[in-house]
Amino acid sequence: MDEIFGIPAPLLFGQLLLGLINGAFYAMLSLGLAVIFGLLNIVNMAHGAQFMMGAFAAWMLLAWGGIGYWWALLLSPLIVGTIGVILEKLFISKLYKLDHLYGLLLTFGLALIIEGVFRNEFGSSGLPYRIPAELSGAWDFGFMFMPVYRGWVVVAALVLCLTTWLLIEKTRLGAYLRAATENAALVQAFGVNVPRMVTLTYGAGVALAAIGGVLAAPIYSVNPQMGSNLIIVVFAVVVIGGMGSILGSILTGFTLGIVEGLTKVFWPEASATVIFVIMAIVLLARPAGLFGRK
Amino acid sequence: MSLTRRGLIAASVGTTMMPALPRLSRAQAANTIRIGVLNDQSGAYRDISGPYGVECTRQAVAEFGNKGFNIEVITADHQNKPDVGVNIARQWYDQGVDMILDVPTSSVGLAVNNVAREKNKAYINTGSATSDLTGAQCSPNTVHWMYDTYMLAKSTGGAMVKAGGDSWFFITADYAFGHALERDTTTFVRAAGGRVAGSVKYPFPATSDFSSFLVQAQASRAKVIGLANAGADTINSIKQAAEFGVTRRGVKLAALLMFLPDVHALGLQTAQGLVLTESFYWDLNDRTRAVSERLRPRLKDVRPNMASIANYSATLHYLKAIADMGVAASKTSGVEVINRMKAIPCDDDAFGAGRIREDGRKLCPSYLFEVKSPAESKGAWDYYKLLQTTPAEEAFRPMNEGGCSLVRS
Repeated sequence: MDEIFGIPAPLLFGQLLLGLINGAFYAMLSLGLAVIFGLLNIVNMAHGAQFMMGAFAAWMLLAWGGIGYWWALLLSPLIVGTIGVILEKLFISKLYKLDHLYGLLLTFGLALIIEGVFRNEFGSSGLPYRIPAELSGAWDFGFMFMPVYRGWVVVAALVLCLTTWLLIEKTRLGAYLRAATENAALVQAFGVNVPRMVTLTYGAGVALAAIGGVLAAPIYSVNPQMGSNLIIVVFAVVVIGGMGSILGSILTGFTLGIVEGLTKVFWPEASATVIFVIMAIVLLARPAGLFGRK
Repeated sequence: MSLTRRGLIAASVGTTMMPALPRLSRAQAANTIRIGVLNDQSGAYRDISGPYGVECTRQAVAEFGNKGFNIEVITADHQNKPDVGVNIARQWYDQGVDMILDVPTSSVGLAVNNVAREKNKAYINTGSATSDLTGAQCSPNTVHWMYDTYMLAKSTGGAMVKAGGDSWFFITADYAFGHALERDTTTFVRAAGGRVAGSVKYPFPATSDFSSFLVQAQASRAKVIGLANAGADTINSIKQAAEFGVTRRGVKLAALLMFLPDVHALGLQTAQGLVLTESFYWDLNDRTRAVSERLRPRLKDVRPNMASIANYSATLHYLKAIADMGVAASKTSGVEVINRMKAIPCDDDAFGAGRIREDGRKLCPSYLFEVKSPAESKGAWDYYKLLQTTPAEEAFRPMNEGGCSLVRS
C-alpha cells in the first residue's frame, strides 16, 4: 500500500474527507458571522448560542411536536431567526453608533444568558437526536466507512454557502445591502428602508447558524455547550479569511477543516491549537486576513 | 492551552463570583461544621454530580439530624479549571470551611488535594477518577470515595480482555484523568497477554468531533477501542462510533468511564450492549432502592449515580466521625478527622458496609453492568443489568502497589 509520511494513502484520504466535513460546519458558521459583521459591523458572539438553539429547536420540534428532521431544517431557522430579529430590535439596534466592543460585549452577555437558561432547563449531558431514516446508513469505501449523513452535511453546506454568496454578490437585494454598508444615509435617501434591511440581515445570519445547528444535531450531542466549543474556532476562521469577507470565510472554513483534520492524524494533541497558530501567522503577514480588503 | 469563552472570563469572574459565606458569630462558628461542595455546575460534568451532588449532600445532613452541632452546606462551581478550583478551596478553608467535598475533574481534584494538605483540613474527593489520589499523590488529609481509574480498568478492562478483546486502541482525553485511565487499563491489558495497538490523545475540552480518531482506531485493526474520557466526550464518541459503523465489524467499544446520566443522554437505542462499571446503581438491591426513593423529592425525575450519591455516603460518614470526636477537636486538625474516619467502619444504604484504607481509599464493591436494550427496559431509568461483582477488598489497587508514602511497608 502506498504511504504518505508513514500513513497509508487511503487512510489519509479518509482523514481529508473528515476534515472537509468539519470544514463545512466552520464555513456555515463563519459565513453567518461574516454576513453579520460585514453588513452590521457587529461581532456576533451569540452565534454559538444561536447554533445551539437551532439544534435544540430541532429536538423540541421532534420531542414535543413530533415534527421530523426535514421540517425542522426549515422551521428551526425560522424560529431562531425570528428570535434573532427580536434581539436585534430590542438590543443590538441601539449599538450601531457605538464602538465594536459594545456589540461584542452585548452579544457575549446574551450568549451566556441563553446558554445558562438552556443548561438549567435541560442539563449538560445532552439530548439524543437520531439521524433521519433517509440519510442513515453508510457507504463502505473499503478503506473507511463513510456515513451518508456526513456526505449530506457537506452538500448542504456547499449549497447554502453558494446561495448566500450569490445572493449578496449577484442580486439587486445584495447590491442594496452592500451599498448600505458603504453609506447607509445615501441608500436611505434613495427610499430603501435600511433599518429594516439590517434587522432582516441579522435574522438571516442567525438563521444560518440555526441551520448549522439542525445539521449538527444528529452528529453531536445536543447540549447547551455545543456552540461555545465551536465559536472561538469559527472566529479564528473569520479573522483568517478577512473580517466580513463572504467568500473568504467560506474558503477558509473548508481549508481549515482539512488542516485540522490532518493535524488530528499527525499530532492529535495540537489539533485544537493549530487554527490559532495559523491565525497568528496570518495576522502577522496580512493583518486584514487572506481575503480581506484594506 | 484551550481557549473557550468560559475560559476568557474565568480568571476575572472566577474570583468575584465566589459565594460569600454568611457571617456567623464566634460562638456559632465554633459549633458549626461547614461542608463545601466544589464541583462542575455548568460544564461537561454537571449532570454527573453538579446540583444533584449538592442535593445528595443535603440529604445526608438531613438524615444525620441534630447531634448537638450545626451543619452548613455551601457550594461553588470550579468550571473544571484547576486555577479556579484552587482559589475557591483556599478561600473556603481560610474562611472556616471544614471539609471540601466532590471536586470532579482530576486536574482540579489533584490541585485541591495540595491545598487541603497545606491548610491541614479535611478533603473528601468523590468526583475525580485518577488513582494517583491514593497513589503517588496520596495525602493524610484526603479520602477518595467510590471509584478510581484502577478500579474501572480492572473491572471493565479486565472483562473485555477475558472476552477476547486482546488488542486495544485508546482514544484519550489529554489531561490527568485520561492519562491515568489509559495507563491503568494498559496495565491490565498487558497483564492478560493483550497488546496496545495505538492511542491518540485529543485536546480536552475543545474536541467534539471524534470521527478522525475513530477512523484511526479502525485502521489499527484493534479489537477494542478504549474510550479514556468522560461525560459529553464519551457520549459524542459513542454516538459517532455508531454513525461510522465501528462496531459493525466486530470491534468492541470499551467506555471505561460512564455514568447513568450518560446512558440517559445517549438513549438506549444507541447505548444498548455497552459494558461499563459503576459502584452504585439505584436498582441494585433493597437498600439502594430505599435511598434512591428517599432522594426523590430532591432529585425530582433524575436518579442518582455513583458520583452524586457518593456525596451522600461520604457526608454521612464524615459527620459520624465529627460526632465521635467532637466539633472542637475536629477543628484543630484535618488529619485527625481523616484518621477518625479511617478508624470507624463505613456503612450506608448507597454502598453498603466498607472501610477506609490507610492510603485514603474508601473500599466498596465495583459492579460490571451491561446496558439494556430498549425492549428489556421496563421504564424510566431502567438501564442496567448486572454482569459481575468485584468484592470491595479486590476492587481497588493493592495498597503496596500504589506508591503511597502513608503506607508502612
